[in-house]
Amino acid sequence: MRDGMIELLRSLGHALSGAFQTLGFAARFFTTILACSGQSFRRLHLTIREIYFSGFQSLLIILVSGLFIGMVLGMQGYETLQRYGSSEALGVLVALSLTRELGPVVSALLFASRAGSSITAEIGLMKATEQLTAMDMMAVNPIARVVAPRFWGGVISMPLLAALFSAIGVFGGYLVGVVLIGVDEGAFWSQMQGSVDFRLDIWNGIVKSFVFGIAVSLIAVFEGYDAVPTAEGVSASIKRTVVYSALAILALDLVLTSFMFRGV
Amino acid sequence: MPTECLVRINGVSFAYDDRPILKGIDMEVPRGKLVAIMGNSGCGKTTLLRLIGGQLKPTGGELLVDGQSVPAMAHDELYAMRRRMGMLFQFGALFTDISVFENVAYLMREHTDLPEEIIRDMVLMKLNAVGLRGAHHLMPAELSGGMARRVALARAIALDPMLILYDEPFAGLDPISMGVIGQLIRRLNDALGATTLLVTHDVQEALSIADYAYFVADGQIVARGTPGEIRASSDPFVHQFVFGEADGPVHFHYPAPPFEEELMRGDVHA
Repeated sequence: MRDGMIELLRSLGHALSGAFQTLGFAARFFTTILACSGQSFRRLHLTIREIYFSGFQSLLIILVSGLFIGMVLGMQGYETLQRYGSSEALGVLVALSLTRELGPVVSALLFASRAGSSITAEIGLMKATEQLTAMDMMAVNPIARVVAPRFWGGVISMPLLAALFSAIGVFGGYLVGVVLIGVDEGAFWSQMQGSVDFRLDIWNGIVKSFVFGIAVSLIAVFEGYDAVPTAEGVSASIKRTVVYSALAILALDLVLTSFMFRGV
Repeated sequence: MPTECLVRINGVSFAYDDRPILKGIDMEVPRGKLVAIMGNSGCGKTTLLRLIGGQLKPTGGELLVDGQSVPAMAHDELYAMRRRMGMLFQFGALFTDISVFENVAYLMREHTDLPEEIIRDMVLMKLNAVGLRGAHHLMPAELSGGMARRVALARAIALDPMLILYDEPFAGLDPISMGVIGQLIRRLNDALGATTLLVTHDVQEALSIADYAYFVADGQIVARGTPGEIRASSDPFVHQFVFGEADGPVHFHYPAPPFEEELMRGDVHA
């Protein structure tokens, strides 16, 4: 019994100290990325290339998902609003849901699964096949050359993807609400225009997606760089990227919404 | 051995945590020579190469490259030294997202401001030297193991380094590719006026091209000499290694308790 307790405490302590060590390494890694960013921005084509791979190549899944979610919102919103005779407010409901919450959060979750996992896999495999070591031996800093462009590519892509997600979602809501169900088109757009505030709704959504972009990109590059250089190690890192990113997005969303929420 | 040495190692030790890997290594690599470091897997050969390249820091001893202490170098000094070094990794470590041409041009683009036409000519010269000028447009995934190794070799010599480090360049190659790589290593060393340090466990191939050889076992230098001296050595370790005998000073079995005792205990877990 006593031995079992000691063993339990030992493994708990070991896990905790390991977690703190990893957090410390991640913090140092983040500062190194920031320190190397100037060097990597001087060769802008590297970051543009990553915006293409992370951002542009995620467009399809973002646009299709945004459209579907907007359509679902249109149906569910109409169903609820018509009970209170406010179906004209459908445009407001769809736009606010998307710009404030669903746009930034769902697009970040999709980005983590589509682009984050592939960034981790790419960096992890580069490590496993000694490409990062080879770069370092050639006096080329792998953080400036490989990690920083991927990090900034993700950070820049994320708000753009979230904005596109919200825009196509609003269009999806319009298709279902106005074209299929027959909500008044003028009321749909004019109420949306009158109720959606640029700073409170759109700007806050952009801020959220920017913060999510930093979190997801940092987790993705860190997990790749820190991967155990074996097939199992890279696979475990990819899994961690998706899980940690999802948790970080949802936790950060709660924190950011608390700061942004005004109770009016 | 000539006195002018590019690499001088005095009493170098290294350990991973509590596990000693190298125990007081002394070694000299004269300029312009091809020196082979041999030993069985896990004896510390690659660790030694990583110490010379500054990827690891020794726990003791002195390690000088071109008269400068590698462990004492700051990051910028280390990178300045590495620009004068070339390294061939065990499996090439080619950048898989760019072509053969771009792999060889990589260092030229990173470290020089040469115009594109000059880079093109230089890359084709390096690829021609390893016999792969015609493969410049291929991607690394389209190359065989031997070809990938030759491209990595062309990349390692891209900026005419003073010191070329080879980590197991013959591993996993067929006899023809092995011979080709061996001859390339020798020819490039002489043509570039470079110094070569070759880590391998392929004794016959290494002895056929090296000027001098060191044998490492259990983290220590156990034998040294010219290829002729090594072949004629009566040292049991060298004899076992050169003639590939299954048992000798290097045991076939990994250390374990007596087999009967282990079978009787019946508590071995996978």
